[in-house]
Amino acid sequence: MIPWFGTVAALAIAVGLYIGLLVAPTDFQQGEAYRIIFVHVPAAWMSMFLYVVMAVWAAVGLGLNARLSFMMTQAIAPTGAMFTFLALLTGAMWGKPTWGAWWVWDARLTSELILLFQYAGVMLLRTSIDDQRRADRASGVCALVGVVNIPIIYFSVQWWNTLHQGASVSMTAAPKMATVMLTGMLLMTFGFWMYSLAVILSRARCVILERESLQLWSKPSSVAEVAGVR
Amino acid sequence: MSRPGLWETLRGIIWRDVLLAIRRRSDVAISVLFLVIVASLFPLGVGPEPAVLRTIAAGVLWVAALLACLLSLGRVFTADYLDGVLEQMLLIPQPLPVLVAGKVFAHWVVSGLPVVLLSPLLGLQFGLEGEALGMLVLSLLLGTPTLSMIGSIGAALVLGVRGSGLLVALLVLPLYVPVLIFGAGAVTSSMAGIGGEANLSLLGACLVLSVFFAPWATASALRIALE
Repeated sequence: MIPWFGTVAALAIAVGLYIGLLVAPTDFQQGEAYRIIFVHVPAAWMSMFLYVVMAVWAAVGLGLNARLSFMMTQAIAPTGAMFTFLALLTGAMWGKPTWGAWWVWDARLTSELILLFQYAGVMLLRTSIDDQRRADRASGVCALVGVVNIPIIYFSVQWWNTLHQGASVSMTAAPKMATVMLTGMLLMTFGFWMYSLAVILSRARCVILERESLQLWSKPSSVAEVAGVR
Repeated sequence: MSRPGLWETLRGIIWRDVLLAIRRRSDVAISVLFLVIVASLFPLGVGPEPAVLRTIAAGVLWVAALLACLLSLGRVFTADYLDGVLEQMLLIPQPLPVLVAGKVFAHWVVSGLPVVLLSPLLGLQFGLEGEALGMLVLSLLLGTPTLSMIGSIGAALVLGVRGSGLLVALLVLPLYVPVLIFGAGAVTSSMAGIGGEANLSLLGACLVLSVFFAPWATASALRIALE
């Protein structure tokens, strides 16, 4: 499955970038700078979404005591952190020409920055506990506690008067942007989804192999040896 | 022999922790002294203009209180974890979250309350007066218990982990941000003449939420640490 997701991701991102950078018309207010949203918005969505997925896996792991779900939690965290960083970076690149500042301390930006710290905290807590089982469960609790921040990020543009603009796309209202732009953005989001699936699943595979490296099945050579002896 | 009820157990736990702190006064003194020193460093670094000091007062004092709380977090569970008391506490046939809440309350009495009591003095140092000074005390009174509550989750998670002192800062400080914003916001807005009541309400909401949820999270983190 992983190569498939990878291929689809590459295709969707390529087409999305093509639409975003070449096909979509120039925005009459923001000029060409707005084109960063084709990366920024999907990355920001993914950063929040992946955190929720990670927390759900952590909850499943804590509730059902399932090892595999903790492995998924471990596999998701770096990708989520990467998207958070990407969202912040592209936001800064967009903010400089549009707002005239790389960074402003508004609610949306601050809460997204906190999200990055939370990803870092979850990952660091895991690596600093030697006992695997405890590392899993402790970072799971840590991830679950951090979920409070997700609604704060999401609603921050409504709750506070922020410099960051409100949601551009919503499920209920008609989109406030041209169809071409929306298509490009949704394609990019789809591409990021597929990318996340491919990367997370292959990382999960590594995690499983690493953790089970003492088991017989994970070593092809030893399996062959046993088979040969018999 | 009749079993002590929930209330007696809770009282016992709180009293024990407070008594321990009274016996080891220097531990408490260190974090209070830290607060005073940090707060005194800012006027030296920024320059002694009263107008500047007044504008940064709320933020500086709140950050100093936050750091003082962070510094004392290691004391909530570590000693009990090392000498095995915590393990016995887990075996008490009373709901663990309630006992945890008791321990956290004791931590607040020992480390948060001195900060609240000392804050008017530090506020004066920064040229706050009248209503703003009262607002500083009120906001700290509402905010520091929340800090203890949230901090206890982090303290329980890093129990017995190497480099726990720095790790707990990384885990807990992001979660402290709302309290910091509302707390400092209450003082700033009362200085601006629009009244800090809205921010105080938000601080109160944070307190209620953390009192409700944090003991559960802390209790489960403790079970994980000790299993």
